[in-house]
Amino acid sequence: MERNNDDGKLFKLIRLDAPLLLGLLTLSGLGLIVLYSAGQQNMDLVLGQGMRLGLGFLIMLALAQAPPRYFRLWSPWIYLTGILLLLAVMIVGDISKGAQRWLDLGVVRFQPSEIMKLAVPMMMSWFFADKPLPPRWLHLLGGVMITAIPFILIAEQPDLGTALVVGSAGAFALFLAGLSWTIMFGLALLLGGAVPLFWTFVMHDYQRQRVLTFLNPESDPLGSGYHIIQSKIAIGSGGIYGRGWLNGTQSHLDFLPEGSTDFIFAAFSEEFGLVGACLLLALYFFIIARSLYMAACAPDTYTRLLAGSLTLIFFLYAFVNSGMVSGLLPVVGLPLPLFSYGGTSLVTIMAGFGILMSVYSHRRTPTR
Amino acid sequence: MSLEEWLNRPPGEDLLAREKDNTAESELFFRRALVLLGVVLAAFLAVASRLVYLQVLHHEQFSTLSENNRVRLQPLPPTRGFIFDRNGVLLADNLASYHLEITREQVEDLDATLAELGQRIELTDADIERFQKLSRRSPPYAGAPLRFRLTDEEIARLAIDLYRLPGVEIKADLTRRYPLESRGAHILGYVGRINEDELNRIDPGQYSGSTHIGKVGVESFYEDTLRGRTGWQQVETNAEGRPLRILSRTPPVPGQHLYLTIDMRLQAVAEKALEGYNGAIVALDPRNGEVLALASQPTYDPNPFVNGIDYASYRQLNTSKDRPLLNRALRGVYPPGSTIKPMMALAGLEYGVVNRYSGVYCPGFYRLPGSSHRFRDWKRGGHGSVGMDRAIAQSCDVYFYDLAFNLGIDRIHEFLDKLSFGRQTGIDLSGEKGALLPSQEWKRRMHKHGWFAGDTLSVGIGQGYFLATPLQLAHAAAVVSQKGIDFKPRVLLATEDPGARVKTLEAPRSLPPIKVKNSQFWDTIIAGMIHVVEGGTAYRIGIGAKYRIAGKTGTAQVFTLGQGEKYNARQLAKHLLDHALFIAFAPVDDPRIAVAVIAEHGGGGSKTAAPIARKVMDAWLLNKYDEVSIAPEPPSAPDEDAHGTE
Repeated sequence: MERNNDDGKLFKLIRLDAPLLLGLLTLSGLGLIVLYSAGQQNMDLVLGQGMRLGLGFLIMLALAQAPPRYFRLWSPWIYLTGILLLLAVMIVGDISKGAQRWLDLGVVRFQPSEIMKLAVPMMMSWFFADKPLPPRWLHLLGGVMITAIPFILIAEQPDLGTALVVGSAGAFALFLAGLSWTIMFGLALLLGGAVPLFWTFVMHDYQRQRVLTFLNPESDPLGSGYHIIQSKIAIGSGGIYGRGWLNGTQSHLDFLPEGSTDFIFAAFSEEFGLVGACLLLALYFFIIARSLYMAACAPDTYTRLLAGSLTLIFFLYAFVNSGMVSGLLPVVGLPLPLFSYGGTSLVTIMAGFGILMSVYSHRRTPTR
Repeated sequence: MSLEEWLNRPPGEDLLAREKDNTAESELFFRRALVLLGVVLAAFLAVASRLVYLQVLHHEQFSTLSENNRVRLQPLPPTRGFIFDRNGVLLADNLASYHLEITREQVEDLDATLAELGQRIELTDADIERFQKLSRRSPPYAGAPLRFRLTDEEIARLAIDLYRLPGVEIKADLTRRYPLESRGAHILGYVGRINEDELNRIDPGQYSGSTHIGKVGVESFYEDTLRGRTGWQQVETNAEGRPLRILSRTPPVPGQHLYLTIDMRLQAVAEKALEGYNGAIVALDPRNGEVLALASQPTYDPNPFVNGIDYASYRQLNTSKDRPLLNRALRGVYPPGSTIKPMMALAGLEYGVVNRYSGVYCPGFYRLPGSSHRFRDWKRGGHGSVGMDRAIAQSCDVYFYDLAFNLGIDRIHEFLDKLSFGRQTGIDLSGEKGALLPSQEWKRRMHKHGWFAGDTLSVGIGQGYFLATPLQLAHAAAVVSQKGIDFKPRVLLATEDPGARVKTLEAPRSLPPIKVKNSQFWDTIIAGMIHVVEGGTAYRIGIGAKYRIAGKTGTAQVFTLGQGEKYNARQLAKHLLDHALFIAFAPVDDPRIAVAVIAEHGGGGSKTAAPIARKVMDAWLLNKYDEVSIAPEPPSAPDEDAHGTE
């Protein structure tokens, strides 16, 4: 795999993987171009996003330099800090209504739940790093606890999107740790059986409504179904080749809500059509495949599990968002990674890629 | 097995390493990663197939939805043409004005909005009621007007808070204006809001975006010419329905300007001359049928009708005993009285019942053979022995009783029908009445019993069942003056393209000429009509005339006395007075004007109607317009006096 040309040496020196970096840069560049159109050709919006992307890539570069053993060392502390902050948010959030997700540190406001997207995979990997795999029942229970505590805290805020990411991160770690198919099958059966009970006894009316609207968006065209109807119109009217850049009417005329944030995939599909959308999905697939390959190259359990789960978080974002926008999945507020306007999740994702880069570039030095 | 042992055993049946085995775990991870990669691929393929479903299989449907979302067709109503008189005096134009419009779709709480607006400007219940009616009829995204003709002050008061009231807009529009107000109102008519009956009649496409339509008069008859053609533009709108840009545009074609044959100076003279009487004057140019003046008194101001006259004012106009809204020139039906006699004489000549020399002895009454009933002449003592010329000049009834008796109703009907009695003259104004030229067939249809000889006698002197409009009488005078050459009366002189300002003259609308066996018959009756003015019943207007006039007086008995009316000496006296009629044309050698005058309850035709006709003819033939201004005079009491006395 070693490259002998100068580029290879350069990338080795800055500890970045060239194919993955290329994929990420292509994605970000494309994202900016689409954002220019979806954001009503507002250059400020593009510049702002460009700055965030720059910051994200800097964070990635910085984290790529750190040897993975430090991540392993810090994992429990980051996790604990995250849990404490979540508790703090809960308490402060009780005092100041409505702002439960945010913690105002004076200088910056940030969501502690965002940390957990990294902290949970780190903690899971840390926990399983010295356990024999596949995990025993006891260890399985420990893993579930590690995931469940932040999941419940975040779901209580309530921030179902982030909770879903955090919960899935734990599940991915368990799966990669080699959880037996029998158990997974059993769990799936259990969940399937729980759904009707959940529907009847746990879910609020508005949550049920949300699911019903998902199943039939036309039932509430002006209310909760409006987003998804307009999104489907945007995608569908794009056709095979799309209307062309800057020619999307759904996004430009404000019919498509959140056209530059959560629903940017619809704006993109309207202008670039099926061809563009499939190429974009292919680009995401390439990044995920490369990242999984990089994870598989990792030297030990901690790095493997961490790199693998971070990759799958990225996948989760891309899949849930494109599935939601095209009406395949319910509306969950997850952005399209590196595409949607907005900063917080971007930084988290780029930090994840930084860790991934670090893991890959230090693949010859185990964390212990 | 202890609990600790149980918890430490590997799950599942397969035996796996109890200690860390990096190689085995690496392989395990690799297998799981491969599985996940498959899952990722499957997930993306699911999204991709969803995209195929949306973008390929249902592309058409979503494209249509997208177009419906963004493209809205907006009508561009044309500008209505102006109306001028024959000299270019402006009679109707469009005034830029502002009205308040509410778009229901964009208003959150209509009642609150209305209340809010009511605090800033005056809103009457009628305004709100009209708005609610209009807004029910229009689609929710189209605005409905709430208040018209906002003043500058009201606009200023509204403008401050408009941003807080979504769906409320101040809109500029063009309001039809009739600067001469009541002058010539019966000719012009007016435009008004399209009502439900009209909605069913008109082409909705042509009228979309338009709120008004010509209701009566020229405005109604030449609606299509004045209106122009509606244009369209496709506009792209955003999610709030606000138009952003124009995609395509078919500009409206503005309506044509109309030049009327009316001379407003003459119209003013006519209206002034008739002041004090209910009645009508029609003045035609006999050489081409142009209507020079068409006055109907009393008249009214058409301006309040444009945006909907308030109920009280309308009720007052509509229920007034003087009926100002009635265009008497076209729709007022009167017994023609003696004015019909020249035409009756012509019929007698044509059918050979009389000749110009044959005479009748008039003892002051006429008796049908075998009957003792006396049909009285207007002159108690009778006219003695009269020939045709003197019968016309002195308006001898007995001569015409005899003539009519000899003609019989069928021949009277046949001949007068050619002169457009009993049917519309075909003037280019809507609402013209045909009045009534009775016939045997008509009477059988309308009454139980058949035609009596006595009925014929009454018709012979323009009474009985016979009814005519002032327009029909003026038209008959014009035809006589031209010795049978017949034109449809018309008020349209020319149309003008508002852009290029190119006038297109209307051609005279000639009718088949009225032929008589001997063209000298015309000269005979015209001579009689000249003698009406020169020494006859209308001798007074002949005095000092600078041109020769041929005319005929008429006095129509008022048969209908109100059945249940209260006794009121002054009113009843007025009611009992006869209608005064006069028809004339002048100058006799080269007739340039034909006039019919009817003054209701004016007494005698010679005393009241003939001098009015003389004024009109003087004005036209001698250019005597000095005293009368075209615009209607303001109310006579000056403001200062009113303050001083009250």
